[in-house]
Amino acid sequence: MTLNLPLLSIITFLPLVGGLVLLLLPGARAQKWWSLIVTLVTFVVSLLLFVFWRNGEAGMQFVERVPWVPQFNIQYFVGVDGLSLFLVLLTTLITLLVVIFSWEGVEKQLKTYFFLLLALEAGMIGVFISLDLVLFYIFWELTLIPMYFLIGGWGDSHGTYTFLGRTMPWRIYAALKFFLYTFAASALMLVAILVLYQQGGTFDLLQLQNLELGQNLQMWLFLAFALAFAVKVPIFPFHTWLPDAHVAAPTGGSVILAAVLLKMGTYGFVRFCLPLFPDATKTFMPWIAALAIIGILYGGLVALVQKDVKSLVAYSSVAHLGFVMLGIMALNGQGIAGATLQMVNHGLSTGALFLMVGMLYNRRHTRLLADYGGLWKQIPLYGFLFIIVALSSVGLPGLNGFVGEFNILLAAFQTNPVFAVFGTAGIIIAAWYLLWAIRLMLHGPLNKPENQQVRDLNVREVITLVPLIILFFVIGLFPNLFFDKINPSANAVADALNGQQPAVSMTIDK
Amino acid sequence: MLDYAWLMLVFPALGALIISLFGTRLGRRVVGFLAPAMVFLSFAVAVALAIQLFSLPHEEQSHSVLLWQWMAAGNFSVDAGLLIDPLSIVMALVVTGVGFLIHVYSTGYMHDDPRFPRFFAYLNLFILMMLTLVLADNYLLMFVGWEGVGLASYLLIGFWFEKPSAADAGKKAFIVNRIGDFGLLLAIMVIWTGLGSLRFTEVFEAAPEVWGVGNIAVMTATMLMLLAATGKSAQIPLYVWLPDAMEGPTPVSALIHAATMVTAGVYMIARSAPLFDLAPTTGNWVAWIGVATALIAGTIALTQTDMKRILAYSTVSQLGFMFVAVGVGAYAAGIFHLITHAFFKALLFLGAGSVMHGLHGELDIRKMGNLRAKMPITHWTFFIGAGALAGVPLLSGFFSKDAILYNAFNYSIPLWAIGAVTAFITAVYSFRMVFMAFWGKERDAKLWSHAHESPRVMTIPLILLAVGALLTGYLGLPSLSLIDPALEPAFEAAAGASEGHANLTLELILLVVSGLIALAGVFLAYRAFLVNKDLPARVRAALGPVTKLVDNKYYVDELYNMIIVNPLRSFGGWLAATFDKGGIDGAVNGLAGVTGWLGTQVRRLQTGMVGLYALAMLFGAVALLAWLAIR
Repeated sequence: MTLNLPLLSIITFLPLVGGLVLLLLPGARAQKWWSLIVTLVTFVVSLLLFVFWRNGEAGMQFVERVPWVPQFNIQYFVGVDGLSLFLVLLTTLITLLVVIFSWEGVEKQLKTYFFLLLALEAGMIGVFISLDLVLFYIFWELTLIPMYFLIGGWGDSHGTYTFLGRTMPWRIYAALKFFLYTFAASALMLVAILVLYQQGGTFDLLQLQNLELGQNLQMWLFLAFALAFAVKVPIFPFHTWLPDAHVAAPTGGSVILAAVLLKMGTYGFVRFCLPLFPDATKTFMPWIAALAIIGILYGGLVALVQKDVKSLVAYSSVAHLGFVMLGIMALNGQGIAGATLQMVNHGLSTGALFLMVGMLYNRRHTRLLADYGGLWKQIPLYGFLFIIVALSSVGLPGLNGFVGEFNILLAAFQTNPVFAVFGTAGIIIAAWYLLWAIRLMLHGPLNKPENQQVRDLNVREVITLVPLIILFFVIGLFPNLFFDKINPSANAVADALNGQQPAVSMTIDK
Repeated sequence: MLDYAWLMLVFPALGALIISLFGTRLGRRVVGFLAPAMVFLSFAVAVALAIQLFSLPHEEQSHSVLLWQWMAAGNFSVDAGLLIDPLSIVMALVVTGVGFLIHVYSTGYMHDDPRFPRFFAYLNLFILMMLTLVLADNYLLMFVGWEGVGLASYLLIGFWFEKPSAADAGKKAFIVNRIGDFGLLLAIMVIWTGLGSLRFTEVFEAAPEVWGVGNIAVMTATMLMLLAATGKSAQIPLYVWLPDAMEGPTPVSALIHAATMVTAGVYMIARSAPLFDLAPTTGNWVAWIGVATALIAGTIALTQTDMKRILAYSTVSQLGFMFVAVGVGAYAAGIFHLITHAFFKALLFLGAGSVMHGLHGELDIRKMGNLRAKMPITHWTFFIGAGALAGVPLLSGFFSKDAILYNAFNYSIPLWAIGAVTAFITAVYSFRMVFMAFWGKERDAKLWSHAHESPRVMTIPLILLAVGALLTGYLGLPSLSLIDPALEPAFEAAAGASEGHANLTLELILLVVSGLIALAGVFLAYRAFLVNKDLPARVRAALGPVTKLVDNKYYVDELYNMIIVNPLRSFGGWLAATFDKGGIDGAVNGLAGVTGWLGTQVRRLQTGMVGLYALAMLFGAVALLAWLAIR
């Protein structure tokens, strides 16, 4: 069954158009409902991708292609395959949930806040569907601006930071750091894109993957792309913007940052680095895998000693994204498929963790673990759901995280057992820091007066969490619903990389 | 019928789901009925399956049930499926049977707890996960159960999470177990990489051909599984979580930390018998770790004064005996002891719970005495349980422990000797509890006067378990064993190794020796704790520093904290504060600072004087032309 609608364009531009309309709406109530409707419709339309998916095909589906700037051979060229499908769905779902979450707790400039969210959604979807490098780069940079304003405008209102002799609010420092760090790294990617154009005469990703690049040039181009992606992921040691940005951002921003924005980096490796620069990828594989493993252990150990629950979750992201990178660097079908699923898993689990941390912050206005304690007695529903979310993040078998981590580790084992040994050690630390957080937040005596006033979750908050929790179980128990669609594309990338047929990983399916 | 094995999982799953979602609204009566009923239904299914399975010819007693295709990525795939064979069905019977009795007991024991429904949701979840563990037909699904029971254990140990010690104990149990899980996950990877399958039947078929005896891969896989087993079954070096686990409610200690979950490591080794048969060195490790753990835990149990802690160390020690059995290749003997132990140790824990119930939470045996006058049913059932634990002739533990010692003797006489010494210690500490708590004179009159027998909902499970502790031994009488042939289909490869050339005379001699050892231990306990009461103090004084060492549990917890936990935390702290903030982030900020500084310096060039700009352009143009010309 096919559908003759430009689905991808609708999904991408609906939030943007909706956002522009939002600017004309008066009143918080109307603005909230309008944002909800826009993100809900976007989500529902994106589900059609899943429904009308042609199973078993490796190539691009729902392709749209029109010339854009013919002089430079720039096209509006979009499509999704098994590697990007679930990232698009993740984006539309997470944005919807963030809108529901933001119903309360955003104290100023609600209209602008929602507009930035919607613009951000459009940018993120654009990144995942672009098959033209210029288009990709535009969407890539487009995501920076709304996030910059979200962190700088609605972020943490307490901390200050002294940098270069100037004292500024910490959220401004974090926003600047986020922006400059990612922007500087992606400037190199732009140069690499232009070099590719000069070599191939096109920005069309599907044509560029056929390009025979010299060994030396491949190395440099790979490094330029990889640096942009490595900062985004972030791979150790490019991660220090992350704790600042995650912790300073408002909850909605942290959720989107962790759940979706980081995936742009890992997705970039699979979509661009592996197909375009196969030889360079293989050369740098041991180094990147080593950094990924360092990230797993380092992120875990640093998370272990955090006093602030939000930075604990932030550092746990460094560890989890290390798993994703390890899966990609296994350079086989299982590893890439596992990593793709793990991107979604991390989005769901860490998104849920940030949501729950935010819900608690809205009540207690503190993030310090030492200020909590014994909360399970006071807010049993919160405790129950928090433990499920934490277990998903820990990678408990039967839930989503395990499926991704296990396939990644097994795939890494095929490439080099040492990778798997160190990676698997990471799961011990994961249990340690999350159970530590539970111990300090939920367990123990309820002896602080402030904690005895805390309300349990309301219906709206439960609605925000339930879709995620259902997905934990669905992915954990029936991962083949997802693998069936991911596998063909993941195998194609791995086969092309290892010089087997088909020679190219990305095709357009008829 | 065998294809309906999944029903066993459905009932507790439904129970856990319904109670966790609607438990508080359903109320105690409904929950207290529903949770045991669900386990009973599973038990009924298990009985029906067992009847059908054992009526089949031997070679057909292994039946796979495919549930669904679980995951497939790259060239890897694994299904969710169940394996019904004598081993799994015997385990399922023990889990659901003992589990049901403990559920019933808990409805009485937990009656006044405000979180009554949550307790039963956890218990049902545990049964679900334990059944997944023993019924899975592949290693990965077994791993789901393996970590799932760990989760249930974590939740139940920390059930009274307001108590910091309980919350800490739960956390410790989960993390220590994860160290073991690390081993199991890697073992799974080695197995799949080597053999291309994770299904038990396919793995065991392929292993001898692909790997052969003593192959490095099979050694690695089995050693990693041993690490996993030491975690779950609380053996050296990972046993430290189990004594702390006694912070949980007593029925939990009985069900999870005595009868079922902690035997998972023994089960896994027995299940993987074809792999361990290919790795005799690992088997040797298993046996010696087992016997060392048995001895060390036994000595600690001698000096503890908290009834549940004594039982906890006793469990560690008895699990050591099971390790000896599966280590020397006597898998059936190991499973036999697992079954008898499930009954008598659950009985002892529930008995301790009954004492606790009657004494309003008191567990220190130094404050008890003469409780038999107040709690006759608890006393008699506890007496039987202690007898079985001590290996008093004709009780269940006697037969199963003797089977292990006999096989250990055939394997190595030093192994047998240490086992026999431990058996003697076992008898002493078992009856130390009986004599100090139930016999003699009351030590604390006030406590004693308020003591009372527990309600029937608690004593009936005690009586049923006591019957089990009396009779299960006769399933495996030496030389006319029902256990060995019943389990034979599961242990085909191993059957010949140990049971093949039984020496009847030797067996009988060792049987008598075992019996005498147990009786001597009981007699010593009688002398030391009832007749000649200053004897223990004199022994303690004579041993001096050794006593202190044992009293402090050999300082193992302190050692682990000193060499592993604290260094890792300090290292994390150093990484976070110094390396991350100062080093890496310092470099990032430094780079930004240098850029900023360069910017301010370059800004000085922008003087606004057009003449200067023109001059600079001129110089630039000349330089460019010069460069082009030279090139």
